[in-house]
Amino acid sequence: MAKVKVATDWLAACAGCHMSVLDMDERLVQLLDKIELTSTPITDLKHPPKEGATVGILTGAISNTTNIEVAKQMRERCQILIALGDCAVFGGIVTMRNFFDMNEALKRAYVETESTVDGKVPCSEELGTPVRVCAVNQVVKVDIHIPGCPPSPDAIYYALSELLEGRIPVLTGDNLKYD
Amino acid sequence: MQKITIEPVTRIEGHAKVTIHLDDAGKVERAFFHVNEWRGFEKFSEGRPFFEMTQITPRICGICPVSHHLASAKACDVVAGVKPPRTASLLRELMHMGQMIQSHSMHFFELAGPDLLLGFDADPAIRNVVGIVQANPELALKAVRLRGFGQDIIKRLGGKRVHPVFAVPGGVNAPLSVQDRDAILAQIDEMTEVIKTGLAIAKQWCEANMDLINQFAVFPSSYMGLVDEEGGLQLYDGKVRLVDKDGRKLEEFDPQDYLTYVGEHVEDWSYLKFPFYRKMGWPNGTYRVGPLGRLNAATKINTPMAAEEFKVWKSINGGKPVEGTLWFHYARLIEDLYAIERAKEILLDPDILSTDIVADTGTFAGEGVGCVEAPRGTLFHHYKTDANGMLTKVNLIVATGHNNWAMSKSVEMVAKAFVDGKKLTEGMLNRVEAAIRAHDPCLSCSTHAIGAMPIVIELFGPDGSLLQRLTRD
Repeated sequence: MAKVKVATDWLAACAGCHMSVLDMDERLVQLLDKIELTSTPITDLKHPPKEGATVGILTGAISNTTNIEVAKQMRERCQILIALGDCAVFGGIVTMRNFFDMNEALKRAYVETESTVDGKVPCSEELGTPVRVCAVNQVVKVDIHIPGCPPSPDAIYYALSELLEGRIPVLTGDNLKYD
Repeated sequence: MQKITIEPVTRIEGHAKVTIHLDDAGKVERAFFHVNEWRGFEKFSEGRPFFEMTQITPRICGICPVSHHLASAKACDVVAGVKPPRTASLLRELMHMGQMIQSHSMHFFELAGPDLLLGFDADPAIRNVVGIVQANPELALKAVRLRGFGQDIIKRLGGKRVHPVFAVPGGVNAPLSVQDRDAILAQIDEMTEVIKTGLAIAKQWCEANMDLINQFAVFPSSYMGLVDEEGGLQLYDGKVRLVDKDGRKLEEFDPQDYLTYVGEHVEDWSYLKFPFYRKMGWPNGTYRVGPLGRLNAATKINTPMAAEEFKVWKSINGGKPVEGTLWFHYARLIEDLYAIERAKEILLDPDILSTDIVADTGTFAGEGVGCVEAPRGTLFHHYKTDANGMLTKVNLIVATGHNNWAMSKSVEMVAKAFVDGKKLTEGMLNRVEAAIRAHDPCLSCSTHAIGAMPIVIELFGPDGSLLQRLTRD
């Protein structure tokens, strides 16, 4: 049987959710018999394959224009999209930025911080533009939400195993946590 | 002028892209390392109680949450005017050694390792940890277990592998149990052997690739790291030592005084700031941190096996600082060995099971700096509060930031040495990425090739207008 193609990416994230994927330890190695990791931050394939992947996993919140582009491409190229972790599910800790004026927050970081000398706010066309922080499903349709900061390796293993069995995972008990 | 874009840079933590600007003859003129991420912790922490920072700041990074947790706790100690009991400091350091083991081991075997073990020009479809699993399953499983061991230390102390809850202002929230001490000790010798296997692979690779190492981003700089009173490598606590390109001591200062010594420069084209040594100014005062910076700044290592490797390290450049960027990998594994030896020392300390783990009185100071050596370099947290303990100012200088200039310089040097705009190969661009990877950057902390990999080449006219755009995906 052909392996199930899985793509992952991170948006405004701390990498903790991808660490939790790695924290499946030996179980991740076993899963590799059944799944093919295409684009992920830990492989050198940089975008989900044009011919598509079965499962796409996004971690992190939408925080800038680049995040929006990445989320849209993942949605277009994947049959099932998973929002993994509190940031992807709710917006997470970065939404605290929404309580402040964006320019004031940028000024604090790049001009006013005590260690900064002759600062300015970076504005090159090479950089994404910050936007009001939101969850992934506020930009693209999400099929499965797995909360947790990060979700436990057990919860991630359960969700992937259910999908491999052709079932939509329903998280309950210890697998459903928000911390 | 043509521009090559590598986006995203992979097998690093966070979001970055590289633009390589070619002249009309296809030679590299300039290259830029753009960090495309800004989240705003400095601002959105304002107005919150200071003691929440031990839980907020680990969300800066899921690879080194423990470093942020501990730098934060140390800053909170000073804010609250409390000094943790010895056992609490040892337990915090033990958790930090767990993080060093998992982070350094993961970087060597799972992120940078594929370049070294499979080759820079290997098929990008297999040049990753899955490729390592296929090429050497036994080694890969050992590596997975080693990383898991580091994470297990963290979980036993703080309840979770990522974003643990353990340190509080004045100490830690739970003593170490006999069962947990014995469970960690039971695995420690086996895991030390796995680190030694990695070290042997790194040394073998260095010996076999000396020509490459000597032409791959070799440049002088100053170096920074925490040391003890005798100049010994420290990762949890100590004075910040800064040495010049010849290894002469420039400064040794208490982290509370960091603003006297460290300034930050901003460029338009990156959300990551560029720290520098204030007395030498920007850009002369730039320096390197992390494993290379620390081993170049330290004069000794206090654990026996790592001390032996440190002698080899100091012999590489005749006692002077080691300048080659690829030497980062060897340095990282020497530190990995130190971390596991230090973890064993701590676990065997007679005070380690004490329940005297939190200071109960102090004189509120309202301002404090916390500093640890995160896996990627020196990390500063600086908090100011009002009389009620609500945060008024937060300043963070993160480990990867200190290396921003060095990563940018490495990218440009490697692009000039290896990229031929007329005969572009995927492997050339992977080498540029490897120059960044060697630093093991963590870009979430601090604020994507050809062939099967996507690449964008844009051709601009003399007036800056876009003439042609070629993309492969």
